[in-house]
Amino acid sequence: MDALKQELKENIIEQLNLEDMTTEDIANDDMLFGDGLGLDSIDALELIVMLDKSYGIKLTDPKEGRAIFESINTMAAYITEHRTK
Amino acid sequence: MNTNYYIKSYSSIKNNQVSLNGSVVYQKEEAAFSEFIKAAYKDQETKYPKFFKMDKLSKLAFLAADILLKNENLDQEKDKDIAIVFSNKTSSLDTDRKHQESIQNKESYYPSPAVFVYTLPNICIGEISIKHKLYSENSFFIFENFNAAHLTTYTNSLLSSGKAEQVLCGWVEFDTEDNYEAFLYLVSPKGTLEHNKQNILKIYNT
Repeated sequence: MDALKQELKENIIEQLNLEDMTTEDIANDDMLFGDGLGLDSIDALELIVMLDKSYGIKLTDPKEGRAIFESINTMAAYITEHRTK
Repeated sequence: MNTNYYIKSYSSIKNNQVSLNGSVVYQKEEAAFSEFIKAAYKDQETKYPKFFKMDKLSKLAFLAADILLKNENLDQEKDKDIAIVFSNKTSSLDTDRKHQESIQNKESYYPSPAVFVYTLPNICIGEISIKHKLYSENSFFIFENFNAAHLTTYTNSLLSSGKAEQVLCGWVEFDTEDNYEAFLYLVSPKGTLEHNKQNILKIYNT
């Protein structure tokens, strides 16, 4: 699980072009949206694409994303349970 | 029609060089555009993290505008009425190509929302407007070449009809890493260099 969390941080920084951030800047329980990393709605869509492309998970209901993308911890837990690749 | 308008200031980014009012403020030789524009952003202490999420056309337009507008020391409460009138030849083609590549293969069909939102040239105007809190008129024209005559007429019309107090105009073109150019100028009722086609071409070609 720790390896997956590290991988997620690296992917998020790269995919969302968080140029000034490193993986050390993102704590596992940091809020990804709102007052945390400050991601926006386009970033949320990118995360949905990332789940599909990297882990074979298709989110059919975007509203599901709210809970899944709350933090690195919640993302890792969801991916571990649902990944197809 | 009042034609007493002036080119108050101008900026350009081309050939790995950033200039303001004819003076080079930053240059980095032998660097690809992506590396150059990032270095220029840092050199100018722009401090706007969303810059890194922009496409190349928007990065080019944003930085050229930011360097010019910062130098104007705008009062963000009073100086909101600055219209933006941009133009170029290849629209958002660089980003359009990138988007097309992501949907080319049906077996690997992953269009990126962050890329798709930049598949219009006038998005770069939005980026500038957000940063500088401009709620103003804007247009983006596509021409074969820089068309100073059209921009002059359009800008004078905006100013004389009271649609804007100042107009940020110019040419923002990004085709490839080796083929890009931004040339922006601010037209205002105040200044010394008269706003006309001849003067625009003169500063464009310097």
